[in-house]
Parts: sequence; C-alpha cells; structure tokens
Amino acid sequence: MDILIDQFFNVAIMQKAFPLLLKGLWMTLQLCVAVILLGLVGGLFVALGNLSPRRWLRWPTIVYIDVFRALPPLVLLIFIYSGLPFAGINVSPFTAVVIAFLLNNSSYYAEVYRAGLISVAKGQWEAAASTGLSRSQSLVYVVLPQAVRNVLPDLLSNTVEVVKLTSLASVISLSELLYSADMARSVTYNASPLVLAALFYLVLLWPLVRLVSHFQRRLAA
Amino acid sequence: MAKRPMLEIAALEKRFGDNTILKQIDLKVAEGELVFVIGPSGSGKSTMLRCCNRLEQPTSGDIIVDGRNIMAGTSRDLAQMRLQIGMVFQGFHLYPHMNVLKNVTLAQRKALKRSKAEADVRAMDMLERVGLAHKADAYPSELSGGQQQRVAIARALALDPKIMLFDEPTSALDPELVGSVLKVMKDLKSKGMTMLVVSHEMGFARETADRVVFMDGGVIVEEGTPDEIFGAPKAERTRAFLSRVAG
Ligand SMILES: Nc1ncnc2c1ncn2[C@@H]1O[C@H](COP(=O)(O)OP(=O)(O)OP(=O)(O)O)[C@@H](O)[C@H]1O
Ligand SMILES: [Mg+2]
Repeated sequence: MDILIDQFFNVAIMQKAFPLLLKGLWMTLQLCVAVILLGLVGGLFVALGNLSPRRWLRWPTIVYIDVFRALPPLVLLIFIYSGLPFAGINVSPFTAVVIAFLLNNSSYYAEVYRAGLISVAKGQWEAAASTGLSRSQSLVYVVLPQAVRNVLPDLLSNTVEVVKLTSLASVISLSELLYSADMARSVTYNASPLVLAALFYLVLLWPLVRLVSHFQRRLAA
Repeated sequence: MAKRPMLEIAALEKRFGDNTILKQIDLKVAEGELVFVIGPSGSGKSTMLRCCNRLEQPTSGDIIVDGRNIMAGTSRDLAQMRLQIGMVFQGFHLYPHMNVLKNVTLAQRKALKRSKAEADVRAMDMLERVGLAHKADAYPSELSGGQQQRVAIARALALDPKIMLFDEPTSALDPELVGSVLKVMKDLKSKGMTMLVVSHEMGFARETADRVVFMDGGVIVEEGTPDEIFGAPKAERTRAFLSRVAG
C-alpha cells in the first residue's frame, strides 16, 4: 500500500514536477486554441462547400471530409513531421501538430455543421431571402445560430476530442502536457507526474463533458 | 381610371424536369388592387407566387414589379428588388431564436441599412398596426399561430414593400384565429396596399378582392370580379371546383 502511494501519489514529487507540467499544460492549451478555432472556422467552410449546389465546390469537400476522417490522426502527424522533410518541407513540431489535427478535426466539425445546417427548415432561408437578405446574411443571422444550437452537444463533444488528441503530440517530442509529465516520470523514476497530468486533463475536460450532457438533456426535453 | 400595374407577370413558364407546372401565365395587378387566386391543390398557385420574387426560378417569362424586370440583374439587384415584394408564408417562418422586435428589425437593419433607432420605431409602428406591440419582447414560440402570422406580416410591411404576396396565410391556423389575420389583411387593403393572395377564404375574397383568378393545371382558366367568378363562373372547371369547395 505504501509503495502504491509512493509510486503514484507522491506529493513531494508532484510538487517538484508541477512547474514543468504547468508549462506543458500551457503548450497543450495553445495547441487546443489553435486547432479548435481554426477547426471551427475551417469546418464551417467545408460544410458550406459540401452543401453547395455547385459541383466543383461539393466534390472536393466530400473527398476532404472522407479522407481526413478515415486517416488516423497519428499517421497524418508523423507523415507531416517526419515524411515531408523528404520533400524538402520542414515544419516545426507545433505547426505539424496544428496542421495534422486541423485536417482531421475540421472534417469532423464539418460533418457536425452539415447536420446542423440541414436541420434548419428551408422556410427559414426563404423567409430571409424574401426580406432582401443576401445568402451570406441569411446564413449568419438566421440559419447558422439555429444550426449551431441544434448541434451544440456534438460540437462540444468534438472539441473534447481535440483536447485529447493533442496528447498525441508527445510522440514527436512536443513538450505538451503528456510529454512533460513523461519527462518528469523518467527523471524521477516515479509515476506520480503521470497521475498529476491525468488530473490536469480531468480538470480541463470534466466541465466540458458535463456541459455536453447538460445540452443533450436539454435538447432531448 | 386605369391605374399603373404594380406587378406584371408575362408569359411565365415553370418546368420541374419534364413537368410543366406553369404554362404561359399572364397576370397584372394594379396599384392598390387585391387579386385573389383560387384553384385545386397542385394547380401551381404557390409556384406562381414564388416565381414573383424568384424563390423559384422561372423557366422563362418576365416578372415586372413597378416597371422593373426582376428577371434582369445581378443577385444583389435581386435582393434589392425583393425588398419591394413582401411575402407571407403558410408556415409563418418567423426566426425562432429572435424575439418579435428583432424579427421585424433584422432585414431593416441588414438589407435596408436603417439605423437601430429608425428600425425599432418602424417595427413598433408595424406591430401596432397588427395589434401586437405589446408582444415585442416575446419569442415566436410564445405566440399563437395567428399572432405569429401577424408578426410575419409586420416583418414584411416594415420594409415598405410595393406589393404583398400571401400564400395561404390562414391555412395553418386554428379556425378561431383566422379572423385576426384576415382583419389585418383587410386593413392593409383599405390603406391601399397592392396584394396578391392565394387562399381558400372565399368569404374574404367576396368582401375584399377586386378580382378573382381561377387556376387549374398550371394555367389561368378564368378571371373576373368576385361576383362574376363566384356568382356566374363561365368555365366548366371553375364551376366544378367551386361546387366542390362549397361542399
Ligand atoms: N420543387 C419542386 N420540384 C418538383 N415539383 C414541384 C416542386 N414544387 C412544386 N412542384 C409541383 O408543382 C405542382 C404545383 O405545385 P404548387 O405547390 O404550386 O401547387 P398549389 O396550387 O400551391 O397547391 P396547394 O393548394 O396544394 O398548395 C405540383 O404538382 C407539385 O408537385
Ligand atoms: Mg400551395
């Protein structure tokens, strides 16, 4: 029992590792903000292309969504970080992570937006158009707010996935939260930093998953 | 006195694939006139109305609103021209995420570029007119169908349209709420609004319409004053339809 506490819940070691883990957390947050914001915007445009009556817009977005949902994000990441240099393209670890996860994630966001947009009755577009609003005005003021509200739990769930996804960045030695914790583990020969990192993730994500449940219940009501 | 035509539909055709839904429709609505359209289900009444503001793209023909052909011009011109054509739908289509006031001010602000103060004043005037000024802060889900439809009318009126199109404005309403919407429409007519109305409210047509148009199979079969159409219809198809709806 003591060994267990010493190996996993060693407060002294956790305290020592704390500053390093905070730095890692900061990197994780930066990754999240970049991937989530770009993903939310990019996903919307992909979804709009996907719903467009124009074939030259629809086709590429169908391919995009299919390909990047099918490719494992880790494969994408390693390809971009370790594969592209063979073509003379070198990117920093941070950029590689953002690009890889953005490609993956925006295709999921796009699917969610798409479901949201088609859940809004056609009459809303028509009412807006009949009052002289342009297509983009109708989208921004009338349709999109309703679409987002209808799929808010899915948008949030996907956001939770992004946060989890960023831990994969540790495989290319980007010092985000998990990587930092594992560093601390290897120098202290103690698993407590990993437990601390898990706690960080929990504190970060638990409110979000609570929120998802809350919205799901409200939409079901 | 020959009034100028506010709306002129000329040789309008609409096909969906191989189906010709509207065949060579010609119809003029003069300024201040109320033209009432009747006809069996599927005869093309809604399609004709929706062609008038190009919610449905006509296959050929011209739609001229106050002298301007809305078939010509860019999509921005189209949005501008739609401001002059109010439309009221069977299903209201209020924006559920906005309160009544915002429903009525949105297009004023974004399409007409009115200031907030100006749009609010105009919206309250129009809500007053449809008897719903006290509901300005309510959300559509808190209103009865009749109230929602009156807000939809206010939303269209707030843009100062030259003509109002109504597609079965009372068909989705409980019978006891129909009267409140018809009253607003009657009031509009008396104030000189030009109106093209698709509806089954024959009593309203007799009282208020200047002309009644009977459509069947994508053509205008017959048109005349309410007395002519309801009292002495010439075409066999009109007679058959009227005896059917009279029950
Ligand atoms: N988008 C569409 N695609 C194919 N056919 C259509 C479309 N819209 C309408 N139609 C067809 O056009 C015909 C006329 O429809 P429309 O809605 O104009 O009739 P209506 O006179 O308004 O009927 P109702 O009294 O039932 O409202 C119908 O046969 C309908 O099936
Ligand atoms: Mg119809």
